[in-house]
Amino acid sequence: MEWLSLSPEEWTAVHLSLKVALVATVVALPFGIAVAMLLGRGRFWGHSLLNGLVLLPLILPPVVTGYILLILFGRRGPIGSFLADYFGIVFSFRWTGAALACGIMGFPLMVRAIRLSIEAVDARLEEAAGTLGASRAWVFLTVTLPLILPGIIAGMILCFAKAMGEFGATITFVSNIPGETQTLPSAIYTFTQVPGGDLGAFRLTLVSVAIAMLALFASEVMARYANRRLDIE
Amino acid sequence: MTLAVDIRHRLGSFALDTRFETGSGLIALFGRSGAGKTSIINIIAGLIRPEQGSVTVDGTVLVDTKSGVFVAKHRRRVGYVFQEGRLFPHLTVRQNLLYGRWFARKTKGLGDDLDRVVDMLGIAGLLDRRPARLSGGEKQRVAIGRALLADPRLLLMDEPLASLDDERKAEILPYIERLRDQSKIPVVYVSHSVAEVARLATAVVVLSEGKVAAVGPTSEIMQRLDLFPLTGRAEAGAVIEATVERHDDRFGLTELKSRAGAWRLPRLEAPVGTRLRLRVRARDVMLSKSAPEDLSALNILPGVVAETGPPEGSIIQIRVDCNGETLLARVTRYSAERLGLVEGAQVYALVKSVALDRRSLSGPIPAGGVPDSEASDL
Repeated sequence: MEWLSLSPEEWTAVHLSLKVALVATVVALPFGIAVAMLLGRGRFWGHSLLNGLVLLPLILPPVVTGYILLILFGRRGPIGSFLADYFGIVFSFRWTGAALACGIMGFPLMVRAIRLSIEAVDARLEEAAGTLGASRAWVFLTVTLPLILPGIIAGMILCFAKAMGEFGATITFVSNIPGETQTLPSAIYTFTQVPGGDLGAFRLTLVSVAIAMLALFASEVMARYANRRLDIE
Repeated sequence: MTLAVDIRHRLGSFALDTRFETGSGLIALFGRSGAGKTSIINIIAGLIRPEQGSVTVDGTVLVDTKSGVFVAKHRRRVGYVFQEGRLFPHLTVRQNLLYGRWFARKTKGLGDDLDRVVDMLGIAGLLDRRPARLSGGEKQRVAIGRALLADPRLLLMDEPLASLDDERKAEILPYIERLRDQSKIPVVYVSHSVAEVARLATAVVVLSEGKVAAVGPTSEIMQRLDLFPLTGRAEAGAVIEATVERHDDRFGLTELKSRAGAWRLPRLEAPVGTRLRLRVRARDVMLSKSAPEDLSALNILPGVVAETGPPEGSIIQIRVDCNGETLLARVTRYSAERLGLVEGAQVYALVKSVALDRRSLSGPIPAGGVPDSEASDL
């Protein structure tokens, strides 16, 4: 069974992938909820435009998304240079860049799942909460948020899974640097490019399958828990 | 308590132009569907912003378009019991009940208030359940409790019984009566059911196509001949206040005493001395010129014709004054002419005991009778 154990480099790739996907999901979540609220409830000029913009990474070739990120968030890009100069946040060729690319790619899936659950919330319940003295912020926290919890969980799982598998945008934006930006898919890709890398690729594939299964299982458990709390008839 | 409503508002092709003022107790907003009842209480609750006008509760302005005042719905302290309950599905009954209380920032006496409300509504056994596991009637009782515990200055109820079957209605009505009699919170109750209004209301605002057709104490409104087209002809009837005099065990009858005379009806489970409301539908009343004998009808009340309504085809409504109490009768024009039923004629009103509308028989009326002196007719 010696051949099954991961080499230190492979561990690094697994560890990095989990970190990147987790950070991407957690950071995307508040934006995802806000945009889903805007799209699900808002009636404003530019609604379709925002919707299109959010969905764009889903439709564009990932390489194009990665290239756009490179232009915008690279060291000399308009947003990248601003963030680097004023906040010290650097994306290019860092794991943070991988997280950004993964987050952007998972974002449409997250927004879609949350938006669907927001549209399913009975607005009359929120009205009722208002007559009971809850301000809009409190209505959101005590009624809307608990009711869309299943959607949030689904959105997070989808975003996480997408982030774990993201390849094209990441490799275009932050390249394939072992220990810094080499996530699981990049590592597998690298293995397939060198002679004798089959075993490594196979091991990482097994890890990928295991993580995907775990994520699915976790979402199942959480969704069941949330549904039981909601006592859906 | 005074509630003053003076609003003009357009909803599509429907125009609301309503002005009324009421006192304490349970005020019924009564009218057919589409008369604007729900829109009015939505404006009172702050769910709709009226185009023009004002709503004032006890001198506190909730909305006034002239001075630009609009108090947000969560600051109005106006409780709202919706037709469909609208309980929070993710919270237990207890959490639902306490939801508004937390925002009311009134923690003093919370345990006592919860106990009192739970006791009044009979929901002690439901506290740890979730709304999905409640029956329709239980849901509505919890919704009433939730609104009450938010410490409202006014309680709005939008046809809280409309989605329930007769059995469930009968289950909740006594609780609403208790609410009216035990809590000091005034209630605005939307309904299109004459039976409910006759049983529950202290005063009635009759609405028709967005306008106020009449305002007044329940018994007075119920006997107004001109309002029948609005209240529904088949449902027209008088409301009589009576006291339980004695029970007749041999025949299973209960005898009531009212100003109009004695009533006998199938046995009621109410102790002697209980004050009740009796609704006598106009279609169940016969009129006779002479004192009838050998008749199976048990309730024969002498009176004087006080008013004859406008003829409706072959039918005419007649208001009979029975010693200060009013009865309505629905007879054919033919009979009215044959018997000479004109104003001032001496008649006997005959009501079959079994015809009395048990659905609208109310429970005890609060001591001091019906406090509707503050209700004004605009």
